[in-house]
Amino acid sequence: MNVTRRQFFRICTAGLGGSSIAMMGFSPNAALAEVRTFKLTRATETRNTCPYCSVSCGVLIYSSGDKSKNAHAEIIHIEGDPDNPVNRGTLCPKGAGLRDMVQSANRLKWPEVREAGASEWKKISWNEAFDRIAKHMKADRDANFMVQNKDGLTVNRWTSTAFLASSAAPNEAGYLTVKTIRALGMTSIDTQARI
Amino acid sequence: MTNHWVDIKNADLILVMGGNPAEAHPCGFKWAIEAKKTRKAKLVVVDPRFNRTASVADFYAPLRSGSDIAFLGGVINYLIANDKIHKDYVKAYTNASFLVDPGFKFSDGLFSGYNEEKRSYDKGSWSYQLDKDGYAKIDESWQDPNCVWQLMKAHYARYTPEMVAKVCGTPKESFLKVCEYIAETAAPNKTMTSLYALGWTEHSVGSQNIRCMAMIQLLLGNMGMAGGGINALRGHSNVQGITDFALYAQQLPGYLAAPTDADKDIKSFLEKKTTKALRPGQMNFYQNFPKWYVSLQKAWWGDAATKDNGFAFDYMPKLAGASDVLSIFDQMYQGKINGFLCQGFNPLASVANKKKVSDALAKLKYMVVMDPLATDTSEFWKPYGEFNEVDPAKIPTEVFRLPTSLFAETAGSFTNSGRVILWRWKAAEPPGDAKDDTEIMATLFLKLKEMYAKDGGAFAEPIQKLTWAYRIPNKPSPEELMMEYNGKALADVVDPKDATKVLVKAGDQLPSFAMLRDDGTTTCGNWIYCGVWSQAGNNSARRDNSDPSGLGQTLNWGFAWPVNRRILYNRASADPSGKPWDPKRTVLRWTGKVWGGNDIPDMRPDAAPEENVMPFIMNPEGVARLFARDLMAEGPFPEHYEPFETPLEANPMHPQNPKAKSNPAARVYKGDMEAFGNAKDFPYVATTYRLTEHFHFWTKQSLVNAIMQPEHFVEIGEELAKEKGIAAGDRVKVRSNRGFIKAVAVVTKRIKAFDIDGKKVHTVGIPIHFGFKGATKPGFITNTLTPFVGDANTQTPEYKAFLVNIEKA
Ligand code: SF4
Repeated sequence: MNVTRRQFFRICTAGLGGSSIAMMGFSPNAALAEVRTFKLTRATETRNTCPYCSVSCGVLIYSSGDKSKNAHAEIIHIEGDPDNPVNRGTLCPKGAGLRDMVQSANRLKWPEVREAGASEWKKISWNEAFDRIAKHMKADRDANFMVQNKDGLTVNRWTSTAFLASSAAPNEAGYLTVKTIRALGMTSIDTQARI
Repeated sequence: MTNHWVDIKNADLILVMGGNPAEAHPCGFKWAIEAKKTRKAKLVVVDPRFNRTASVADFYAPLRSGSDIAFLGGVINYLIANDKIHKDYVKAYTNASFLVDPGFKFSDGLFSGYNEEKRSYDKGSWSYQLDKDGYAKIDESWQDPNCVWQLMKAHYARYTPEMVAKVCGTPKESFLKVCEYIAETAAPNKTMTSLYALGWTEHSVGSQNIRCMAMIQLLLGNMGMAGGGINALRGHSNVQGITDFALYAQQLPGYLAAPTDADKDIKSFLEKKTTKALRPGQMNFYQNFPKWYVSLQKAWWGDAATKDNGFAFDYMPKLAGASDVLSIFDQMYQGKINGFLCQGFNPLASVANKKKVSDALAKLKYMVVMDPLATDTSEFWKPYGEFNEVDPAKIPTEVFRLPTSLFAETAGSFTNSGRVILWRWKAAEPPGDAKDDTEIMATLFLKLKEMYAKDGGAFAEPIQKLTWAYRIPNKPSPEELMMEYNGKALADVVDPKDATKVLVKAGDQLPSFAMLRDDGTTTCGNWIYCGVWSQAGNNSARRDNSDPSGLGQTLNWGFAWPVNRRILYNRASADPSGKPWDPKRTVLRWTGKVWGGNDIPDMRPDAAPEENVMPFIMNPEGVARLFARDLMAEGPFPEHYEPFETPLEANPMHPQNPKAKSNPAARVYKGDMEAFGNAKDFPYVATTYRLTEHFHFWTKQSLVNAIMQPEHFVEIGEELAKEKGIAAGDRVKVRSNRGFIKAVAVVTKRIKAFDIDGKKVHTVGIPIHFGFKGATKPGFITNTLTPFVGDANTQTPEYKAFLVNIEKA
């Protein structure tokens, strides 16, 4: 039976709802001879973008589970998206190692604080974190907010708390960030774009 | 990029200078290889190191780090002297014929108007001669001694091949060979693409490096063409998007200038920003500034932004003065900043002079780190042996660390360096209690809003009135946010020529920025993104990759800003009568009634060629600028200045004038000038760079990357290694006047000594990726060494050229 790769995957994934699998680098004929089904045929495929350099290669992320409410989705494989006209399925050594980034041993899992002069972290709740940070921000803003400059011109700015923003955040997070920090009056702002 | 990644395949010549895409952007670089294979294109590399890109190039020329303008100025001189200019293009589409104020002068390395004390220029004379209607005077014959062409010719006549060899250390024959390659693309149907990255920006003359190449591309007629353009490869996956959204002080989303203390009310502010055409009949697109700005105020403050209160102009904070990563850390160092929020950024590792940054952080009252990973910055207070020598007991900063999601765990859009906005979908939940950046920002903001409502405090109106129509207030969805910044009509938008014709119904999403109004009837959070979520839905999620043009335009894949245009200035790809310079690579052509072709016209669609509307529509001149007027800090023409730390005694172009040694208009803070080292103590030129296995300070946290590149190293040439008794694999200590690092020595043939005016100059190459946190072997932070000075226009630090010494550790 001669089928194209895409037909092959369509056959494999029939009945699996929205999920499908993509290129795995071997020929469909050989693959069809396999007895056991591949893990990827049961995986959910999600289209995303490599977060490293600004070639912004398309990636396909395979996660276990079907994204239903109580199912825990775990990322089991990431590869290049052959449909993306820029990378056409290729990834460089960085992109090819993306799963290890998602599952890095140094991922942060809960809010922490390092108190003044302390030499260790302490785990705290989100509520405590938001409370304490907001109190700091408000105290600093109220103490240092400048309504008018020395010439009497309305300037409404707050320079004594600074913000550095991420260039790996999506546009929507960037937009909400700039909208809220400008509304607070911040002007000591920069991003990685310069570096 | 003016063009885009796939378009590189359309080039005849790929000039890589100031970048190393084979190493840093491999999947984009394959389009350079494609051009070589299918078009027999040539690849030429100019770089201090024989790098990975050079290893697959047709020709490689070395140059000393920090001497790019001398090289490029030499190219301009070559093109003019050998008449390798695309004349018709330059005549029609540049300001070569414009007459300049007779007061404009250049002598001994300085332009007219220099103020040494302020390290800046009074730019009064850097302007055109105007006629009685306010239009620039021109001399079509290019004979007037004050016309741009003559001034430019005289300026670059000093950049002879001999001078280039003397300043850059590039052998004369190699330089001339590169010039020959470049000159071939002066033919109307030949194009060169310029690929650059941080190798050009990270200099105290970074912006002028790029401008100099822009001038070359104009002289060759390569702007607007398929396979042409100036293409910044850029850094992070969404560095383009975050720049577009202006997460920095000087501008607001869509590159709108932010108001400053010079702007007393909205009326005078908008008047000042609304440019007047400098030639008759030009589009002068910045005349629309009020529409973009008022729509932004309406997007943010909705009903509270009314005509009567100047659309809430006072809600927008006014910029006090310099505000950029260097000035922020300098202020912090002086104790003038108390709080610091750090979102997905590792400044301890990535900002110049680690010691100064670390001391600055220790002066804060509070710091908030939002990051998916345990970064070096978040633990600046923690001792890590000699990699981070600090005493926590002496650091009073309260540090909060909030876990965030990574790319795979959020939906939303990224914009690649080709300006293509592409939607991404969420694949999994983040680990533990980590949250999205949007949820963190929203929750923090709502908490502050509540506190201000309850307890009052400093000017809370902009906080209370900020539009917040999200279904789940502390979790704005990416879809809601994209719809918001795209913008919508608040009232029916009607045709300005026929008020009975409704173009957009009230409440509808806007299809393009052409629909924006300055009367408060439209909202738009970022005018250049307008159209990305129209009534048709989310255009960034379009995934039709068909390419009928064969040029790689894929107009139905994602959405490119502006208005889905893939090649900027594409009107210039056709001659003044509307015929493509190269019919085989038609981007645009005049069909008799409208502009048609393979892209969205960068031109009024019905502007007939006879109307003489010129292609550079954002410029009030209508044409591109070989002479930059007053728009650059250090002069209208790029001039070679030495890096702030240079191995030379003087600038070889101006040996008698110490004021013109390094960029005369670059900002240097107190204490930083003293922290520069000299060539006596630090004789070698250091340059920092990236490796293909690593991305900045991020991938050292990922196991597989750490296995591939486990340990910090520095690269030196065989000759220097011999002089210093260093063998491959030895541990070495590299010192600058600001500190030291230790790493493993790699001894290589890829770096060779330069002969600079009879003096031997060695280069030390230092990858940046290592630090004390992560899965690699713990290492020193490379930016311990780098100087705290930046480009005079952008303040990008000078990471690519500074002085060090090296010895066996
Ligand atoms: S896979 Fe490599 S080339 Fe592609 S975006 Fe990621 S880092 Fe860049």
